[in-house]
Amino acid sequence: MTPRRRIAPSAVIWLLFGAAYFLIPLLASLLVSLRDDQTAKCCTLGNYGYILHDHQFWSTIRLSFIVALETIFLTLLLLVPTVYWVHLKVPRLRPLIGFLALVPFVVAPIILVVGLLDVYRGTPQWFYGEPYGFLTAAYVILAFPYMYFSLDTGFRSIDVHTLTEASQSLGAGWPTTLFRVILPNIRAAALAGSFLTLAIVMGEYTIASLAQFNVFSVYVQYVNQNKGYPAAAVTLLAFAITWAAMLALAAVGRGRRMAPVAEGAR
Amino acid sequence: MAGVELRQLHRRFGEVVALAGIDLDITSGEFVSFLGPSGCGKTTALRLVAGFDQPTAGQVLIEGKDVTGVPPNRRDIGMVFQAYSLFPNMTAVRNVEFGLRVRKQGHDERRNRAVELLELVGLADAADRYPHQLSGGMQQRVALARALAIEPRLLLLDEPLSALDAKVRVQLREEIRRIQTRLGITTIYVTHDQEEALSISDRVAVLSQGRIEQIGTPAEIYGAPATPFVAEFVGTMNRVESTVSDPDAGAVDYDGVHLPVDAARGRTRGERVMVLVRPEIVSVEAAGTADGALAGEVVSHTFLGSVTRLRVLAGRSEWTADISGERAAALPVGSHVQVSFPAASAKLLSLEASSASRAATPGGR
Repeated sequence: MTPRRRIAPSAVIWLLFGAAYFLIPLLASLLVSLRDDQTAKCCTLGNYGYILHDHQFWSTIRLSFIVALETIFLTLLLLVPTVYWVHLKVPRLRPLIGFLALVPFVVAPIILVVGLLDVYRGTPQWFYGEPYGFLTAAYVILAFPYMYFSLDTGFRSIDVHTLTEASQSLGAGWPTTLFRVILPNIRAAALAGSFLTLAIVMGEYTIASLAQFNVFSVYVQYVNQNKGYPAAAVTLLAFAITWAAMLALAAVGRGRRMAPVAEGAR
Repeated sequence: MAGVELRQLHRRFGEVVALAGIDLDITSGEFVSFLGPSGCGKTTALRLVAGFDQPTAGQVLIEGKDVTGVPPNRRDIGMVFQAYSLFPNMTAVRNVEFGLRVRKQGHDERRNRAVELLELVGLADAADRYPHQLSGGMQQRVALARALAIEPRLLLLDEPLSALDAKVRVQLREEIRRIQTRLGITTIYVTHDQEEALSISDRVAVLSQGRIEQIGTPAEIYGAPATPFVAEFVGTMNRVESTVSDPDAGAVDYDGVHLPVDAARGRTRGERVMVLVRPEIVSVEAAGTADGALAGEVVSHTFLGSVTRLRVLAGRSEWTADISGERAAALPVGSHVQVSFPAASAKLLSLEASSASRAATPGGR
């Protein structure tokens, strides 16, 4: 029997410190969110009721979520074949793409949105005037580094060349190789990129606000400015909903359970 | 019937010539190995046959059909790779089924075939295991079963055993040969391990600098190397440069010593030749016991299990001799000895002809 591994006391201290760093603000928000909006007395769920009964809350969160899914879909559609091809055929381009992926970090969203509004001026109204068009296009740019670096790590962890050639030698064409061999083996990386994209889109404020789209982050900001205690409630709800969305995505992404494994494996 | 034909196969990578015109006919059901050092072009040749790469010039024919421009997924070949190539997201049985799934075979039919092949490679019990739960040797067996499942016209093996430990390697290579013989499938095997190539092949093609140096049965390659490269690369060989001194009786002059070599008969007097002698036919005796032998001094002993390898400095060269441990014990390092070999067993290569026939080619893959 393997002896139980002891956790060093210093590790426990750091773990507690880290947990406190993240949990204390959440706890504080929770306590504030439970105060009455009129009397500031504890404890009531009234703020949550107010938010949950506000149709704006539901319409904006729905909009943000759809835009996030659209962004994830488009980013995966663009980047999975690209990263696959770069790893397989032109690995010398990797540093260049890595550099390009850093651009959205360098260009501030406020500059990006001004540029995009100008570049896309004159495009059809269904694109320019709709969050599903304009915002998604902007968010694909914002999600580029997160998705690219996640996928790049995923592709580096598998032997792309050998798996591709093995698949081809067995008669598979490019689509079969991509969907049945490559994608299942970089699923974790694609999921990680998708989580990050979801979190970014749900929380992005600058572009949506300047482009005048009323998405969830704009709604949260509106509540923050106008209502003290419900603002804490909406923040916590946003946090919970984003996490729930990530878990849902993980459940969908994980797909079927793996087949039972024979005992006595090495 | 011709299984595979390579016609003037050339491949260049920029300035580097990886293959400088290879011609080869492989009979249906034959097991041929491409043997050579790193960069000799053996893997390039295999990749051209597989369709993963396109030749700069030349043709690849499988069963008489020109497949040079045909993509790899339409060539009907099975391949086992050097790197572990099982799909990590699939169990062993699903890996084996993959090619049949691509060919849209029904579930039951392909499952039966996959199980049958796993049985053939002795891994029926591991059908539900994932690749990370299998040892390296087991993974390569599954890869072999997967390659055979599609009943390919041709089986290509690209150094499939090089990542395995010595014992498993020997075991698996015998198994590959057994299965190949049983199925009668035309096979090309790429390796840099001469022992591997000589032990399992019908014929061996020795490659160097993008050319086939020699093609022949393992016995021919080992016993009658056609070029100095083959002599040096395949097995251990004593190679001494000398001149033909007596073309009538058959003898060469080496360092002023008259060495009888039957193969020198009928050659031109004064011709520069290379005498090739395998270590197992060299005899080493204590000084003063043999006539017409080279005098030398033992410089090292290496224990090789069944024999002991002696290195003897005699004249300008160091000679290698494999002798029994018992006899080696009587000739310790530093002892003065005489080296000789049977005149009938030594081979000769004309240095003048071989140096002229070998055009300089930059190294390829």
